[in-house]
Amino acid sequence: MKSNAASPRVAQPVPRDPHKPRKAVGMIAADRPPRRWIGALGVASFVLVWHLLALRIDSASTLATPVAVLLAFVSMLHEPFAGSTLGFHLLASLRRFGSGFGLAVLLGIPLGVAMGWFRTLDAAVKPAFDLLRFIAPIAWVPFAVLWFGTGFGGPVLIIFTGAFPACVIGAYGGAKLVDGRLLEAARMLGARSGRILLEVVVPSAMPAIVAALRVAAGNAWQSLVGAELIVATSGLAYIMVRGQMNRTIVIVLVGMLAIGLVGLVLEWLFRHFERYVKRRLGSAAA
Amino acid sequence: MTSAPAFRLRLISLASCALLLVLWWVATGPAGWVEATRFPDPATFLESLKQIALGNYAGGDLAKHVMTSSWLVARGFALAVVIGIGLGLAMSLSAFCRDFLGPIFNFVRPVPPLAWIPLALLWFGLGDASKLFVMALAASIPLVINTMTGVEQIDRTLLEAARVSGARGFNWLRHVILPGALPHIMIGLRLSLQTSWTVIVAAELLGAIWGVGKVLTAAKDDVYPGMIVVGMATVAVLGIVSSLLLGLAERRMVPWSKR
Repeated sequence: MKSNAASPRVAQPVPRDPHKPRKAVGMIAADRPPRRWIGALGVASFVLVWHLLALRIDSASTLATPVAVLLAFVSMLHEPFAGSTLGFHLLASLRRFGSGFGLAVLLGIPLGVAMGWFRTLDAAVKPAFDLLRFIAPIAWVPFAVLWFGTGFGGPVLIIFTGAFPACVIGAYGGAKLVDGRLLEAARMLGARSGRILLEVVVPSAMPAIVAALRVAAGNAWQSLVGAELIVATSGLAYIMVRGQMNRTIVIVLVGMLAIGLVGLVLEWLFRHFERYVKRRLGSAAA
Repeated sequence: MTSAPAFRLRLISLASCALLLVLWWVATGPAGWVEATRFPDPATFLESLKQIALGNYAGGDLAKHVMTSSWLVARGFALAVVIGIGLGLAMSLSAFCRDFLGPIFNFVRPVPPLAWIPLALLWFGLGDASKLFVMALAASIPLVINTMTGVEQIDRTLLEAARVSGARGFNWLRHVILPGALPHIMIGLRLSLQTSWTVIVAAELLGAIWGVGKVLTAAKDDVYPGMIVVGMATVAVLGIVSSLLLGLAERRMVPWSKR
């Protein structure tokens, strides 16, 4: 895994692995092994404090016990809230996520690779892209509503603007990092620009692209929360809006729990996809 | 040093900007490809800008809205910096802190910044307190992570040398740990600032008296595309200006980083 022998880069001084021989020194926490029982203690006291606080406050609009949140979560799996069950809201969120994120990948990755490869295109698109990048996805809310309405299209635009920059930047960086020797070899063997792009640049940009997908998915999920809070009538974040309007904190906490869980699952999926692609390409160290 | 191709590329950039402006003018004006209710033409945009800059829109002029949002971001960001770097340092210097707080932190971390807003609204109402709460919480998370990474990657030989030379306590923190972790802390600051702006715009969209988010909501409700573009441009400019300020601070504090 750690061997750099396959990498065609110029030989560099081998960096000392900072974790191996120095671990025993222990001047900072990172060099000491984690003690799981303290972690368990931490979680236990967090949940206990939460529980006791909730019991003491005893107000449906301020805090609910962890047990109540879990029970509400389970019951909402089969009992409808805000028109439908948790599963339905999850599906609505995932559909929006898939559309916005998919669109960003389909447009952003090719654009990024092309910008990294054709310098003229880079110069032409960069100013507009930089301007777009600095507009927070959430600032698209008014136009999202005005152009596409509050049902499906509006949120998708916001999710798209959240994921698109990361796709472009990742693919751009990947295409820029192509090994010069590979390019020279391909040129010397008579490959033309288009073919080099497809057979040299794209494969060597792949690790960067896959890493960008993970970042973009995270951004897309965050933007989805904003979009559904403001411009939607279904979805996991919409549950929280309803809970907040009804002043029932349990619903809000269930929404946060569900959003956090889905976010974790997405991160896990993309991390494994990234690892899988890197293994297939044989550049695990990168 | 501007070589001939670099000059040509810069020319292309300028030309594409000009082309974009012309396209905007043509599409909304003479050609009529885009309706005025969907996107404003340049003249309407300038008129809206004039209206809010010199006159009044959504309860105040542009300066009032910009100052409200910026002051909130400044306070929220400051809170996040203190909490984030403090917590990050505690968790990277004390093994007990890391072991005890780590799992709790990992429990809270996956919740996206904006998902805290409904909770904050229930706890603190529509005022500044709920916005500050969400910023302090959400914007400190990238700082905790990056501070920990920063400390972790300090060269252990340097740490030993400093310790042997008698660095302890406050000196140890001030002259060894902080400078060593600073490049990564800067990355955290950048992410945290970005989060602060996103949070403030979203929170103001959901409820505010003044602020750039309030301008956006009002323009949305009035179906006023010219003002929507003014609002979006304001958000972008504020983001650019504050990240430039952060870049200046970075050059002063981390002169050895090459960025």
